[in-house]
Amino acid sequence: MPPASTAAHTMINASLVELRRALDARQISSVELATLFLNRIAALDPQLNAFITVDRDGALAAARVADARIAAGEGGPLTGIPLAHKDLFCTEGVLTTCASRMLSNFVSPYDAHVVSLLKEAGAVSLGKTNMDEFAMGSSNESSFYGPTKNPWDITRVPGGSSGGSAAAVAARLAPIATGSDTGGSVRQPAAFCGITGIKPTYGLVSRYGMVAFASSLDQGGAFGASAEDCALLLGAMTGFDARDSTSLERPAEDYAAALAAPAAGKPLEGLRIGLPREFFAEGMADGVRAAVEAALAQYRALGASTVEVSLPNAKLAIPAYYVIAPAECSSNLSRFDGVRYGHRAAEYTDLADMYGRSRAEGFGEEVKRRILIGTYVLSHGYYDAYYLQAQRLRRLIAEDFKAALTQCDVIAGPTTPGTAWTLGAMADDPVQMYLSDIYTIAVNLAGLPGISHPCGFDAAGLPVGLQLVGDYFAEGRLLATTHHFQQATDWHQRRPECAR
Amino acid sequence: MSRIDWEVVIGLEVHAQLNTASKIFSGAGTAFGAEPNRQASAVDIALPGVLPVLNRGAVERAIRFGLAIGAHVAPTSVFARKNYFYPDLPKGYQISQFELPVVQGGEITIRVGEGDKAYEKTVRLTRAHLEEDAGKSLHEDFHGMTGIDLNRAGTPLLEIVSEPDMRSSAEAVAYARTLHALVRWIDICDGNMQEGSFRCDANVSVRQKGATEFGTRREIKNLNSFRFLQQAIDFEVQWQIATIEDGGKIQQATVLFDPDSGETRMMRTKEDAHDYRYFPDPDLLPLVISDDWKARVQAAMPELPGAMKARFMDEWGLSAYDATTLTASKEVADYYQSTVSAAGAALAKPCANWVMGDLAARLNKAELDVSASPVSPAQLAGVVARIADNTISNAIGKKVFEALWNGEGATADEIIEQQGLKQVTDSGAIEAIIDEVLAANPKSVEEFRAGKEKAFNALVGQAMKASKGKANPAQVNELLRKKLTA
Repeated sequence: MPPASTAAHTMINASLVELRRALDARQISSVELATLFLNRIAALDPQLNAFITVDRDGALAAARVADARIAAGEGGPLTGIPLAHKDLFCTEGVLTTCASRMLSNFVSPYDAHVVSLLKEAGAVSLGKTNMDEFAMGSSNESSFYGPTKNPWDITRVPGGSSGGSAAAVAARLAPIATGSDTGGSVRQPAAFCGITGIKPTYGLVSRYGMVAFASSLDQGGAFGASAEDCALLLGAMTGFDARDSTSLERPAEDYAAALAAPAAGKPLEGLRIGLPREFFAEGMADGVRAAVEAALAQYRALGASTVEVSLPNAKLAIPAYYVIAPAECSSNLSRFDGVRYGHRAAEYTDLADMYGRSRAEGFGEEVKRRILIGTYVLSHGYYDAYYLQAQRLRRLIAEDFKAALTQCDVIAGPTTPGTAWTLGAMADDPVQMYLSDIYTIAVNLAGLPGISHPCGFDAAGLPVGLQLVGDYFAEGRLLATTHHFQQATDWHQRRPECAR
Repeated sequence: MSRIDWEVVIGLEVHAQLNTASKIFSGAGTAFGAEPNRQASAVDIALPGVLPVLNRGAVERAIRFGLAIGAHVAPTSVFARKNYFYPDLPKGYQISQFELPVVQGGEITIRVGEGDKAYEKTVRLTRAHLEEDAGKSLHEDFHGMTGIDLNRAGTPLLEIVSEPDMRSSAEAVAYARTLHALVRWIDICDGNMQEGSFRCDANVSVRQKGATEFGTRREIKNLNSFRFLQQAIDFEVQWQIATIEDGGKIQQATVLFDPDSGETRMMRTKEDAHDYRYFPDPDLLPLVISDDWKARVQAAMPELPGAMKARFMDEWGLSAYDATTLTASKEVADYYQSTVSAAGAALAKPCANWVMGDLAARLNKAELDVSASPVSPAQLAGVVARIADNTISNAIGKKVFEALWNGEGATADEIIEQQGLKQVTDSGAIEAIIDEVLAANPKSVEEFRAGKEKAFNALVGQAMKASKGKANPAQVNELLRKKLTA
């Protein structure tokens, strides 16, 4: 028997710790839990469009295996827990499209490292989530499969590029989801959808099997309702992978255990929060400013102190990023040539024509724009002026963070200058959209970890996110800091209408 | 019009396939001749999401090469992407090294020409860098379509670039041969030119003798034999000189050599050259080579041909020519050294003569490599030793060698014994033979006494024949002369 509707509602909104308890106590089976979420996807996703592929059969099969493991007492923290994967993680036997026509027929013969780690942990993949095409965009509007809608207001974007994963978790179509973050693609949609999202230090999560956008910036990340859920998911995603040369060889950390410290009255006593002058100067919407200021007051109430810091070169992050990321993407996407897999034009006259037509048909407008920018900046005679210059800026930005982090333990600010915009509002102005990533992009350029957590709502009732940035490998500190904030507040427990 | 004295300027780029078991950025095998696309992993066919991981064995071979030519082995070098579209280039870029190659500088000494005209020359190297090979496009057998075989994609290559230091096709070939021997000597490349393991591109230009500027060069691509290298350069040089003397100008270009016509033919000009948009590969960290790693590679380095050649000359008294010939390949050098160690250093010179003479000729006739010689170094040493101690004559030595070649016995001694080839040195026995010969050839005796020295040689020949070649020739000479002049 499926659980009664109130029980179902509880399960849908339960934390991973609660789900673990229910599964281990046999209050619910993994098959029942998966069915519950699959049914929600069937009911709600036609409107939200958060999923590109729903893998009902695969999910139920994995859930049966998880139930057997739990029965045998062999389960781990994630055994039997449903999740969703951003559709740029390769999944054996299941379509991996990157939300592109180019890969609309691509079934990977292998699993991404992250996917196989989560499979081994016993997590149950419900399917693959919508995204901006090849992760290029901040709104999910560049998806070949149509935009995902924001569960808080379906006339608005969920953010991007991991908008499908963020919307799925916000609407409780999945308890947790994977994402990737090249310039804010986990943190910005987490902010827009009112959930928690973490992008770890570059090199912590293997990129093997995560289809590349910009290799030196791409990093897998985790979505959950809370820092606690993110800690459990991220803990299962990290670990050295010899197949990724940029994977860092360091011992795995138990992020969830780090949260278990008892919550004292002032649990953040001694924590120095740096507030970059440049992030609070201008360009921030009033509703965002108010929510962030209130959250900072809450942090002070928890014992933290705030100190002004400066990131003088942060304003150069967007121009540097829009040279480096397109340069790398122009090369990374060259393999999509219609020769071995993916879309090939039906008719062509010769080799050049086949390449031209296949790529013209297979890629959307934003992807083409970035390939063209990248090709241009790497061209003979322009390389020094653009690419090398951008790499110099990148070093300056990283040095800014390094200097700021000598004066504070974490850096805080808004995740985004505004809240979720209306679908189509930025369609004719890509640069305006690029600018919305102003607070997140610098963090990728420096390779630092960052987390976004909900901290309130604006006047339109849209969620506002606060970003914390830490030093390299400070994931545990970012999660614990957020966790203490979430112990004292309930922003992370607010749900959009469809999940109440 | 006065005749212009032309100078030829040549630089070579050699692609040596490194003999690692697996590819440079994946675990797939590298053996030649597998069924199409059966040695191509997810990384080699560039599936979405895959990443390269550098093969340390390839790096180690590059280090070995760098140390062998006295180059600077860069403590930090960088892999870059060379971007272009082609169906047999799965990623749409080739991972290579551009601004910071692993091997920088170095030099190779070559010996050009033979006999009195032979001379030595040092060719400087610009660099050697690691890169991956592309796959193959197969234009036949597919009915108007092209087949793609990605087995070769990702095979490790060391691209070895020389300075434009060569001044003739003979020098270019000598350099290529020396380099070919070296990469096999230090065991980084199998050198199989038919299978494409060692491919040469030649940059050729001409200028007036005494000019300081180089002429415009044309690059001849993909020469896979030393003969083609020579022919292509010779044709190209004549063509360039003729073009200039006819008032034309050389245009920078890439050309192909057609072995059937013996001509070079234009492939593309500089104007059609790709913009490869090189940039550092963000999937790979900079390649860091520690002093410790270099020291370990150095410690495992075999004695190099230059050092071995000097040792042969200093310790064993060989001539420069002999020492060069015997160190032309690792296999010959190994064979020669084994022969000397069996025969004794005192016999180094006759051993050299045998290895370069009778053995080389016999191997050549049988089209066999020295490593496949039916006569082992120890067996050959036995022949040399028996000649040296007068057990057999040089002529009988050849007979024993042939018998060993045919497997008629295990050692020279066994064959000498079984076939009764031991030299006769008993003066009594030789005198008896001489007496018979003198009695049977009164005419020759008469002629000799009349002053015809030639008749003496005829009598020696008769005596040797009568002894079935076994009589000691020196003794025959001596005793015969004694009898005739008595």
